[in-house]
Amino acid sequence: VVEGLALLDLGVSPYSGAIFHETPLIIYLFHFLIEYAELVFMITDVLTAVALYLAIQDFNKVVFKKQKLLIELDKYAPDVAELIRTPMEMHYIPLKVALFYLLNPYTVMSCVAKSTCAINNTVIAFFILATIKGSAFLSAVFLALATYQSLYPLTLFAPALLYLLQRQFIPIKLKSKSFWLYTMQYAALYLCSLVVIICLSFFLLNSWDFIPSVYGFILSVPDLTPNIGLFWYFFAEMFEHFSLFFVCVFQINVFFYTIPLAIKLKEHPVFFMFVQIAIISIFKSYPTVGDIALYMAFLPVWSHLYRFLRNIFILSCVLIVCSLLFPVLWHLWIYAGSANSNFYYAITLTFNVGQILLISDYFYAFLRREYYLTHGLHLTRQDGTEAMLVLK
Amino acid sequence: AVSHYRLFPKALGRLVAALGVRELHLALTQGFWRTRAWGQPPLQAPAGAELWVWFQPTVTDVDKAWKELSNILSGIFCASLNFIDSTNTVTPTASFKPLGLANGTDHHLLRYAVLPREVVCTENLTPWKKLLPCGSKAGLAVLLKAERLFHSSYHSQAVHIRPICRDASCLAVSWELRQTLTVVFDTFSSGQGKKDWSLFKMFSRTLTDACPLASQSKVYVDISPKNKEKELLEVTPPPASVHEAIVQGDKRTYAVYDLLSPSLFNTSRSLNVQLKWKRPQDSSELPTPVLHAQRYVSGYGLQTGEISTLIYNTHPYRAFPVILLETVPWYLRLYVHTLTIITKGKENKPSYIHYQPAQDRRRPHLLEMLIQLPANSVTKITIQFERALLKWTEYPPDPNHGFYVSSSVLSALVPSVIAMKDVDVEQSPLFTSLFPSSDGSSYFVRLYTEPLLVNLPTPDFSMPYNVICLTCTVVAVCYGSFYNLLTRTFHVEEPSRGGLAKRLANIIRKFRGVPPL
Repeated sequence: VVEGLALLDLGVSPYSGAIFHETPLIIYLFHFLIEYAELVFMITDVLTAVALYLAIQDFNKVVFKKQKLLIELDKYAPDVAELIRTPMEMHYIPLKVALFYLLNPYTVMSCVAKSTCAINNTVIAFFILATIKGSAFLSAVFLALATYQSLYPLTLFAPALLYLLQRQFIPIKLKSKSFWLYTMQYAALYLCSLVVIICLSFFLLNSWDFIPSVYGFILSVPDLTPNIGLFWYFFAEMFEHFSLFFVCVFQINVFFYTIPLAIKLKEHPVFFMFVQIAIISIFKSYPTVGDIALYMAFLPVWSHLYRFLRNIFILSCVLIVCSLLFPVLWHLWIYAGSANSNFYYAITLTFNVGQILLISDYFYAFLRREYYLTHGLHLTRQDGTEAMLVLK
Repeated sequence: AVSHYRLFPKALGRLVAALGVRELHLALTQGFWRTRAWGQPPLQAPAGAELWVWFQPTVTDVDKAWKELSNILSGIFCASLNFIDSTNTVTPTASFKPLGLANGTDHHLLRYAVLPREVVCTENLTPWKKLLPCGSKAGLAVLLKAERLFHSSYHSQAVHIRPICRDASCLAVSWELRQTLTVVFDTFSSGQGKKDWSLFKMFSRTLTDACPLASQSKVYVDISPKNKEKELLEVTPPPASVHEAIVQGDKRTYAVYDLLSPSLFNTSRSLNVQLKWKRPQDSSELPTPVLHAQRYVSGYGLQTGEISTLIYNTHPYRAFPVILLETVPWYLRLYVHTLTIITKGKENKPSYIHYQPAQDRRRPHLLEMLIQLPANSVTKITIQFERALLKWTEYPPDPNHGFYVSSSVLSALVPSVIAMKDVDVEQSPLFTSLFPSSDGSSYFVRLYTEPLLVNLPTPDFSMPYNVICLTCTVVAVCYGSFYNLLTRTFHVEEPSRGGLAKRLANIIRKFRGVPPL
């Protein structure tokens, strides 16, 4: 960003080079705030934590209300008393979420490095807050801002839509007219705000240069600087012939899980949002630890799933060890010269596998709890013996 | 268009006419001119191959003409100039003004490229010699034998084509082709520690006669006295005339041997110019040039680095501006907000900056600055960069050798210590008339700094298949887990009777006496 500002001062368009890939609104924001950069990033982190706190507080109320409704409707099996969530245990969850975000070493590292990912996190946190509070307009505006900055939050449109439909008590049936009406309204709000923001950026810098620099850059991955993701080494070692094919495959991979997840998790849109944010931060083209901090902040919300998680110990060990090894192997490769790029790449692979298995473990635990809630905790087979539960 | 090919080589004439070239300057250099040891260079060129061309305003697609030109020149000179493409070509705005006659200077018609990795050898000298009207058969060019010429510390050959006035009234314009060869012989190592030289010792040949097509054929030997002492050296055979000129701000005396005068070759039909020093020289006291520069790269590790350029102005009381042109390849990403210029401890702001950032795989960085150098000062210009990771096919076959950054160019009008009066162009030696000088108080100098060698982080080149497999495995892990969770539902497990494998296993267990599964 500093480079972009210097180029702007020299009279050259910041997008004429290949270094600056942020949006024009960020340039103009930092034009005024560049001297107080540390303070700005600290404030954004605090704002994110506050937004998450308020969002989860509201979400807890919604969860509790829904649970009460389902108990009264007798949807739950009789012996699931220990799975029902009480307000007592849910009292400290919002505080835990805010603390998880603020005290996460990844957040601290991201703040010290003054990465603009923190601003992205703040916008997404405000979007979540607006969605949970039920304001469709604010939610569309914040989603448009988040999409404008990095393309991938586009996929968060689906969980937000599902949540708002649920809140308005509109059933999700493809034939229902009110469903389509609401969807169209929300989509129109979102697209209009996106168009307004893009036109505003155009008028700020008087050119459309920022579109290939920002979005073309995210989609076509030309810069191969090593990061914690999977893409960089893959495209560094790719045969030229296939690079377009694999770029398309990897980009589709991010957007691809939205529709199946929407179908499976249509009753639980906030969990869907959590899984979607996690998928974005694992598979986006230039991931940073700030993105990981955001979805890890949600883990206390699902702490009641702890008894159903299968591999949590080994996964947390994997994640901690990999995070510690990242800087070590980076130093060995780049500065000491005694290691190869393969070492760092191996840690990237392990870290991402750890993250993926963490998310799928939480997903498994969530689905399993749902099954137990509706079918009872002590399952018996047809002949009366203790039953095992499998996925078939 | 060129119509007479009696003296002008046909290859270059046709090239100039077909591609609409107004000025062409090509230099192939091996080695680096050590300014502090050897003094100011007569005409310096950067290490490797340098090509800069001004096109006629009638050319519509300059980039296409440039590409064709570099390919044709690569064929004519047997040099790999075909590697000149958009990733090493820049369009400078202030540094390279036309040296010949010019109407306007629209800098979109100018292209400049340097290939620092280019090696110069015998097969580049041969086509250069073939361009001469007499070739290497008569005249001064008989001395140019490759095995002695490349046994040197510095070898630079250049070709300059420009339009000039045909006579003083400038009613007609002709094409001038100027070929220059600059060689630095190391006589210490080959001459038993004495600094005496002779044409025979340097070139293993002597001059026999002048080229019949030449209207002028002269040998100038610099016999300028140092420190006002005469009779320090002796030149044999004694020169017919002595010429005094002010070259690059210095008063110099030259002994002139005119090969066209019949009195030169008397009996033996060979001319071997020899120079002997009367007193042994303990140290060569060459005056430090008014403007010299050096450049180096600093930093550790393969992530970041810093390029520093030091420019020295040793003139005791005059300050003058200098234009610095830096071309940095795209894979060293320059951060222009880290550009600092410090003179005598204080920050020096350039009066003109033109910065064109690089685009990945398309265009290099171009930084041109006009910096004022105060008298008797050292100016340090630093800029930081970050090294990029390239795709594995973009590395040269020896990736750990490093990547070259071409020399930066310093162009300045240096004020000379001694005032030069307007001399008649016809009388002055040819080597002083390449750069036009507007008045007698300063002379034009173009200096080049060292090329830099920078290492980039390398991926492992043996791993493409493995990397594709492993990364796709990770993506498949995600896809598989999610597919399972999304498309399957929980069921209570029914004890199954077991498939064929289970029944076989049970039979084997019954034989072993172990309880069945």
